[in-house]
Amino acid sequence: MMGKTFAEKVLGKHAKKDVVAGEVVTVEPHFCMSHDNAAPIARNFKKIGVSKVWDPGHIVFILDHAIPAPSDKHAINHYEIREFVQEQGIPNFYDVTSKGGVCHQVMCDEGFALPGLVMVGSDSHTCTYGAFGAFSTGIGRTEMAATWATGNIWFKVPESMKITVTGTLPKGVASKDLILKIIGDIKADGADYMSVEFHGPAIEAMSVAERMTLTNMGIEMGAKNAVCPPDAKVMAAIEGKQKTDAWEALWADEDAVYAQELSYDLGDLVPCVAKPHTVDNYAPIDEVKGQKIHQAFLGSCTNGRIEDLRGAAEVLKGKTVVVRTVVIPASWKVYRQAMKEGLLDIFLDAGCVICNPGCGPCMGNHEGILAPGEVCISTANRNFKGRMGNKESFIYLASPLTVAASAIKGEFADPREVL
Amino acid sequence: MKDTILRGRAWVFGDDVDTDLIYHNKYLAETDPKEMPQYSFEYYPGKENFAKEVKPGDIVVAGRNFGCGSSREHAVYCLKYAGVPVVLADSFARIYYRNAVNNGYPVLFAPGVAKMFSDGDEIEVDMESGTIKNLTTGKSMHGDAVADLEKDIMAAGGLIEYLKSKATE
Repeated sequence: MMGKTFAEKVLGKHAKKDVVAGEVVTVEPHFCMSHDNAAPIARNFKKIGVSKVWDPGHIVFILDHAIPAPSDKHAINHYEIREFVQEQGIPNFYDVTSKGGVCHQVMCDEGFALPGLVMVGSDSHTCTYGAFGAFSTGIGRTEMAATWATGNIWFKVPESMKITVTGTLPKGVASKDLILKIIGDIKADGADYMSVEFHGPAIEAMSVAERMTLTNMGIEMGAKNAVCPPDAKVMAAIEGKQKTDAWEALWADEDAVYAQELSYDLGDLVPCVAKPHTVDNYAPIDEVKGQKIHQAFLGSCTNGRIEDLRGAAEVLKGKTVVVRTVVIPASWKVYRQAMKEGLLDIFLDAGCVICNPGCGPCMGNHEGILAPGEVCISTANRNFKGRMGNKESFIYLASPLTVAASAIKGEFADPREVL
Repeated sequence: MKDTILRGRAWVFGDDVDTDLIYHNKYLAETDPKEMPQYSFEYYPGKENFAKEVKPGDIVVAGRNFGCGSSREHAVYCLKYAGVPVVLADSFARIYYRNAVNNGYPVLFAPGVAKMFSDGDEIEVDMESGTIKNLTTGKSMHGDAVADLEKDIMAAGGLIEYLKSKATE
């Protein structure tokens, strides 16, 4: 018998049968995550004609897209969510409090993201939880409303892509540079509908935070989900905070069958950017070095973790930024840790501003909108035209190290030259 | 099934048309689908006037990976409520495709379709057979009509209607 991929194993386990890529299965997702869009989902839910969600314990709401509310429309959405939480008795609700932050970070910080679970979220970056060995994917609002009502969702068992990574990261190069390179190579639709598995000694050597940057951006190459092995580092990260006992460490068999296999050596990588206006528009830093920038953004579900802030602080320590630099820790837990380690002082001494944890300017809601013609270097995951609020502005994606190095020079800069 | 032949005027778009180009995140707080068409393609270079000029029955034709990016359903509603009866594309991003099916909104995978049309060409699509004709140039091709579970959901008018019909069976 042929070996199984991660997706075949997890979906087979939850469908309670042996499955192969291409089959359609119906499964009960363990956690269903929604952010500020829980309000319109609740309205869709009411149209279905059932009064109660299938199990409030499986539903998680985390406000993050626009917090605290920057407009009355946002405030009304938040208000409706609080009412729905009360009405349905949903226990896992992260409101605008110091327990919150960017939804994907909170899901991982708080022990919802666990190996072997099937998890869905009404946000495309739900694929982040694959760093913990979960099968997780983004769905739309109608589908989320239906899932709340029925407790079930259908999936076509995806074909899988195996990406094997070897070597060690050169100084000044980060896991962000790896994922931008991969997306640049295979393009924005290179993994459409697929399950992307990261394998190899270099993945094992990475922290869970570095892996989260990889899985977070799986959607930017079209993947259904992206996943790393549930190894000892994952076990240590979830120790004592698992929100359910239903998890199980599952991984692909050695002889699993893949639709596509790629390999990368970290030693070959250089600091890079994704140029406007697509994530697959890869360029090594040398190509843009010296061009002027107007704003730097350090944060988001891609790169707002403590490890990212430490890296940026190492570059910024004792230096001064010459463009406006917005720092947003991904959660209040990260914020406090950064405060304890003195990182916030380093950022403030350097001239950065620090905003409350949340999505911030990533999708153009507030806290750093660009003017026409302005260029922003950002640690986020999307550089679509107008993403940060103005369609005549330009967003370049990069690692926290490259963003920090560029902030002190006022132009695209190579972090290897300042570290 | 209703009349499966659709005819309309083509609006042609490129590859990797992301959800911000179709429906910008600036308008995400809008939750009334009928208000969404006024923002369609506002950020797409050269198609800024789409929302003003589109007529019910016009058909959107696109290249690879249409609808990549966010999970927002606005990007489906803004076309559905503008009266665009179908989107034809070389391929669709996964979440966009699923959102379309779940809202009973017809989309057709038709590799090569973007090259077969120019803006303003007259299109005829047979939704049942998947045959796509360019009435302006006389060329024709085949797309993949939806099948299996997706077809049942579409036929019901969307996932919510499908669940309701299941519940009353």
